[in-house]
Amino acid sequence: MPKRNDLKKILIIGAGPIVIGQGCEFDYSGSQACKSLKEEGYQVVLINSNPATIMTDPNMADATYIEPITPEIIELIIKKERPDAILPTLGGQTGLNNAVILAKTGVLDRYNVEMIGVNLSSIEKAEDRYLFKEAMKSIGLSVPKSIIATDMAQSMKAASDIGYPIVIRPSFTLGGSGGSIAYNQEEFEKMARNGLDQSPISEILLEESVLGWKEYELELMRDHKDNVVIICSIENFDPMGIHTGDSITVAPQQTLSDKEYQRLRDYSIRIIREIGVDTGGSNIQFAVNPEDGRVIVIEMNPRVSRSSALASKATGFPIAKIAAKLAVGYTLDEIPNDITHKTKASFEPTLDYCVIKIPRWAFEKFPKADPTLSIQMKSVGEVMAIGRTFKESLQKGLRSLEIGKPGFVNELHSVMDEIDDSKRERLKEELIPKLRFADPKRIFYIKDALDVGLDIDSIHKYTQIDRWFLYQLKDLTDFEKELLSPLSEMDYDLLFKAKRMGFSDQQIAILSKSDEQTVREYRKSLNILPTYKLVDTCAAEFKSYTPYHYSTYEEEDETFPSTKQKVMIIGSGPNRIGQGIEFDYLCVQASYALREEGYETIMVNSNPETVSTDYDTSDKLYFEPLTVEDVLNIYEKEKPMGAIIQLGGQTPLKLARQLEECGVQILGTSPHSIDLAEDRKNFKELLNRFGFLQPKNDIAYNMDEVIEKAEMIGYPVVVRPSYVLGGRAMEIVYTPEQLSVYLEKAAKSQIDFPILIDQFLQEACEMDVDAVSDGKETLICGVMEHIEEAGIHSGDSACVLPPITISPKVCKELECQTARMAEALKVQGLLNIQFAIKDDKIFFIEANPRGSRTIPFVSKATGVEWAKIATKVMVTKRLDRSTITIPVVNHVSVKEAVLPFGKFPQEDALLGPEMKSTGEVMGVDSHFGTAFAKSQMAANLILPSHGTVFISVNKNSKSKIIKPMKTLVQLGFKILATEGTRLTLLEHDIQTDFIHKLDEGRPNLVDYVINGDIALIINTPSTQRSIDDGKYIRQTAIRHNVPLFTTVQGLIAAVSGIESLANNDLQVSSLQELFNL
Amino acid sequence: MLGQILLEDDSVFIGQSFGYEGDNLSRMGEIVFNTSMSGYQEILTDPSYSHQIVAMTYPLIGNYGVNQEDLESSKVHLAGFIVREYQSNYSNFRSEQSLKDFLIEHKIPAVEGIDTRRLTRHIREKGALRGIIAIGNWDEEKLKDKVRKSPLMEGLNLVDSVTTQSQYDYPANGRKQYHVVAMDFGVKTNILRMLTERNCHVTVVPAALSSNRIMALSPDALFLSNGPGDPAAVDYAIQTISELIGKIPIFGICLGHQILALALGAKTYKLKFGHRGGNHPVQNLDTGKIEITSQNHGFVVDQSSLPSDIGVSHINLNDQTVEGIRHKNLPVFSVQYHPESSPGPHDSSYLFDQFIEMVKKTKS
Repeated sequence: MPKRNDLKKILIIGAGPIVIGQGCEFDYSGSQACKSLKEEGYQVVLINSNPATIMTDPNMADATYIEPITPEIIELIIKKERPDAILPTLGGQTGLNNAVILAKTGVLDRYNVEMIGVNLSSIEKAEDRYLFKEAMKSIGLSVPKSIIATDMAQSMKAASDIGYPIVIRPSFTLGGSGGSIAYNQEEFEKMARNGLDQSPISEILLEESVLGWKEYELELMRDHKDNVVIICSIENFDPMGIHTGDSITVAPQQTLSDKEYQRLRDYSIRIIREIGVDTGGSNIQFAVNPEDGRVIVIEMNPRVSRSSALASKATGFPIAKIAAKLAVGYTLDEIPNDITHKTKASFEPTLDYCVIKIPRWAFEKFPKADPTLSIQMKSVGEVMAIGRTFKESLQKGLRSLEIGKPGFVNELHSVMDEIDDSKRERLKEELIPKLRFADPKRIFYIKDALDVGLDIDSIHKYTQIDRWFLYQLKDLTDFEKELLSPLSEMDYDLLFKAKRMGFSDQQIAILSKSDEQTVREYRKSLNILPTYKLVDTCAAEFKSYTPYHYSTYEEEDETFPSTKQKVMIIGSGPNRIGQGIEFDYLCVQASYALREEGYETIMVNSNPETVSTDYDTSDKLYFEPLTVEDVLNIYEKEKPMGAIIQLGGQTPLKLARQLEECGVQILGTSPHSIDLAEDRKNFKELLNRFGFLQPKNDIAYNMDEVIEKAEMIGYPVVVRPSYVLGGRAMEIVYTPEQLSVYLEKAAKSQIDFPILIDQFLQEACEMDVDAVSDGKETLICGVMEHIEEAGIHSGDSACVLPPITISPKVCKELECQTARMAEALKVQGLLNIQFAIKDDKIFFIEANPRGSRTIPFVSKATGVEWAKIATKVMVTKRLDRSTITIPVVNHVSVKEAVLPFGKFPQEDALLGPEMKSTGEVMGVDSHFGTAFAKSQMAANLILPSHGTVFISVNKNSKSKIIKPMKTLVQLGFKILATEGTRLTLLEHDIQTDFIHKLDEGRPNLVDYVINGDIALIINTPSTQRSIDDGKYIRQTAIRHNVPLFTTVQGLIAAVSGIESLANNDLQVSSLQELFNL
Repeated sequence: MLGQILLEDDSVFIGQSFGYEGDNLSRMGEIVFNTSMSGYQEILTDPSYSHQIVAMTYPLIGNYGVNQEDLESSKVHLAGFIVREYQSNYSNFRSEQSLKDFLIEHKIPAVEGIDTRRLTRHIREKGALRGIIAIGNWDEEKLKDKVRKSPLMEGLNLVDSVTTQSQYDYPANGRKQYHVVAMDFGVKTNILRMLTERNCHVTVVPAALSSNRIMALSPDALFLSNGPGDPAAVDYAIQTISELIGKIPIFGICLGHQILALALGAKTYKLKFGHRGGNHPVQNLDTGKIEITSQNHGFVVDQSSLPSDIGVSHINLNDQTVEGIRHKNLPVFSVQYHPESSPGPHDSSYLFDQFIEMVKKTKS
């Protein structure tokens, strides 16, 4: 049956900000869905609060709402747009949860909106633990023994029935949030309580543990005629007990015979039918007992999931796109397979390669968080690698992580170390617990374990990883020894074998005591070059038309480089804190811009969650690690006119110099200029030349110098190691005592000198300016004022465009200084400058002549696709102002950062110079207050309209809280304050009740929060002591999702938001309306 | 030891031996590829691969070892086996031995380290070719000569070499309700299992058994099995079946389906490189529904040659070829693909139920 003609307008719900457990894979799926529905002639209405997405580019939908994804706001959009249908299966758990509420509260019925793709009862059957369990029972499948509890008494009883270890899973949370495994009663009590808190319906599922069982996932698609196909099977390298998002996973499955695999396939089909997912994709997870093959169903996602994104990239089958088409009535046999043209989507992809996904964590950002991997997802990104063998894929995957590991290498020692027997025994002792309790380094500890002679059975016993995988690792370890010889003694056969097993030139260089460049030259002299194969869904059975490539060492190469003018774009690799979807957005825009101009584009990236690795984003896609070796190989094969390195964040930047030395033409601002801006000394000279200001600063090469120079500059100072990403290990210190604490920590975590010391401009206002330039002509993209004061990492700070407190004169001056800097740095492309404004004086904080994190936000706020303009400058070397229309902007846009503290309860939720946020949202309105309130709402913090405000601020802040607190009182809020703050407020006639500090007696603030009596918390610390005091308050606020502001500026903005909300009804506007598109 | 594959167009693929090595061993056969990602054990023991050298497109083979339960016949029928990376270390709770030991036991040469994707693309472009798998050091010219002299698959009767020599019984799993005679052209065990699970007592008979002797067994129905080679070359079976059409219900699979079509007066022809794998979409033309099927055939029934009383019941969605036929008036039907799977998906097992229904109806 062809598509439905009764539907005209379809609403798609996006997934909102990037958070742990819900990453940029939903930009990929949402973009595919938008494109796919538009292609079919439907009008698409989109809501997504995340400006850093391709899906929110105004040309992806007919009406794009960058608004908070809440049922109330969606209702406003429905009321205004009157869509015929809502498609909720492509926006992750957020999309699904919102759709459920809209359906249950009757909104969908009221406006006559049909839910397509899935229905309410299926969602409930799949998501409600009890209904799911009953459904599985009814079709004869087993689930782990489990009991649902809604309070502690029930929990304790359930635990004694089930026994230990026991799994605790809160209902309706993202990425297994709040999930844990308890091994004893004491742990259980703590975890169960936490789980009940985290579940929006205060419900937990207590479950029999199947720790160590083999873990599988199947990705299915179903159409409305009940045709079901399995797109991909995935086997977890890390068995049950570690969240699949934190597991290394492999596709296709490796260790089941056909009989056992077909059983899982049969079960999956039975499940999707029983749950009743009408059309689209689903993901089903199984545990298989390694001893007897007994199968248990773990869960089902009745929607496109993180694994679907992986499965799409792993097979070449575009799940989200097809899911959208199925939702509007097509059947699988009516949809063509893009890759083969000839065949249809009604088949099961077959792979002739092995795919590995490896998560990437960010524990270096959260030193207090527990890095043990368990059933709650903690990773922030992932890489995927494709090779012809598991060994090759694994090594490619490990070097794709960009964590300084060139492949499958050691963690605790070097393979070249002489290890005597006593050291060997010591290492074994040390390794056993590390194997037993997985953390992000476990894969490398296994290498250590194999090297010190732990046998496969022992490693299996400790890790419960299937022996098949361990044998693969052992093969690599054994073979590696053959590479411990001088390069000149390696013959063709040995080196070819090494490359076939995925050894990087860098690994070979280390083993042969050579260097990467020499290995490369030697390898090329032996004519050992990679061949590029195709991901084609059909193992070469049919001719394919989509150039989606991966490298391997084989006999036949399938690339046919064209003779067109072409440009290579180097992507941003795995998501991490400080480098996320924003950079993928830039790379995708670059590809679109170049294709518009008639260039052929070649995308290189290793991140399966992205739009950039969609096979139709660029003319050619190379799914490869972003290392010098892998990128150069492609460059030399394709011979493009050059490579763009300024849009993918630090990843391509780090490669730029070496690539340039190896003959790669870098398009846009030269690496030399980029380095110049990074180099403190040169940059200082440059500023001095122009007479521009900078906070006082210096460089220290040892401990003593740090102390001495900090003294000279004057406290407070900002200290940080010189080469950092996202402000790692950066701190503001107010006293010499704090500095010595910092230095002690630095010594422990082996932070490298030199250390940079900057004067900290207290209470300065921080500004971000983005510009595009050709080195002569410069155009300002946007000027943003940070809400939080200078000192908070710009990635974590809320900001507003246009500025609201800075005078036009100062803004003009900022623009002038930016233009002069662009000229001085010979910028070709993008430039981002961070300024601090204090007493109307402008200070340079830093200049980055490359694409910045803020460009996507600026683009959405100004209605101009700046990354496209910049890309065109990079290839034409000319910025032509006359071709650019800049719409008049009558609205205010606020960007807010989204923080992962909820996942890391041990961490202090304070903002500082080190970036911690995983994502961002945007609020748009004609008033700043409402725009800010919307940004908070989008970040899942609802500003209260009434209730009690708790405030505790430090001395410096006290004078500034009077005005906003008066407003709150006028709005009817009750104020609670700690003694010092209370006295200040009373002096200004603000009626305030006293509340105990935590150590002063009870009831204290925490009691109030837990009882739900607090609507808003303001807690600003500045000295080390109050940082520690406030930590518990902040953690409690986060646990109970009470809006928390840790800066006075944040308070002022919040009050302005509360005031606006009280005085105005919420309005929603699409980008198309705002910019008259 | 060195292992190589040489094709009739003189292309050469070199790897290492990982199976039976013998003394300067070489085996000839048609080179084909199979796209199943699992199920190598069933493929190895499927009699339909007789005289073929099979390359697996999935690169890692041997992962879960070999067990006795998943064999499709008592021996390995294919002439040689080609993989990208053999897995000497296997892991599975049912495995009993390594694939290598199994191949050696059955004296089957196998080569790993081959760029199997190159080989697949080659076959895709050139069609299935004759070739040779050779272990050890060989003179290339000599191998070329051997390949050139090897027989073409077209016109080749391979049923004689795989059919049972003597009749045997496969008793019903529960109560015996129907007696089915299965003509053995190279039958897979799972087909017999599917029948016995449905209360059929199966008598497996040699392919050359005459129609009179079949009827003398007083069967309720006739089953025509899968098997290797060119269906047109099995003239005696075509004759036998044509004598039985209309007398008893008939169900055929794969070669059985082709021979049935020939007996009904249709023609078969050889596909360029055949269908071998577990992901082929087949549409049931009665219901419109799609089945993901297990396939293994090089020949196919020519749709235009079907007599008017024969309808097409199933088609392949990849190339629109005939996947199933049904007599419009008589209880006779057959499919080109493998509803018994093994290896492959179970979407089509309903065909066995349909067969039973048909037998039941005819009987009453």
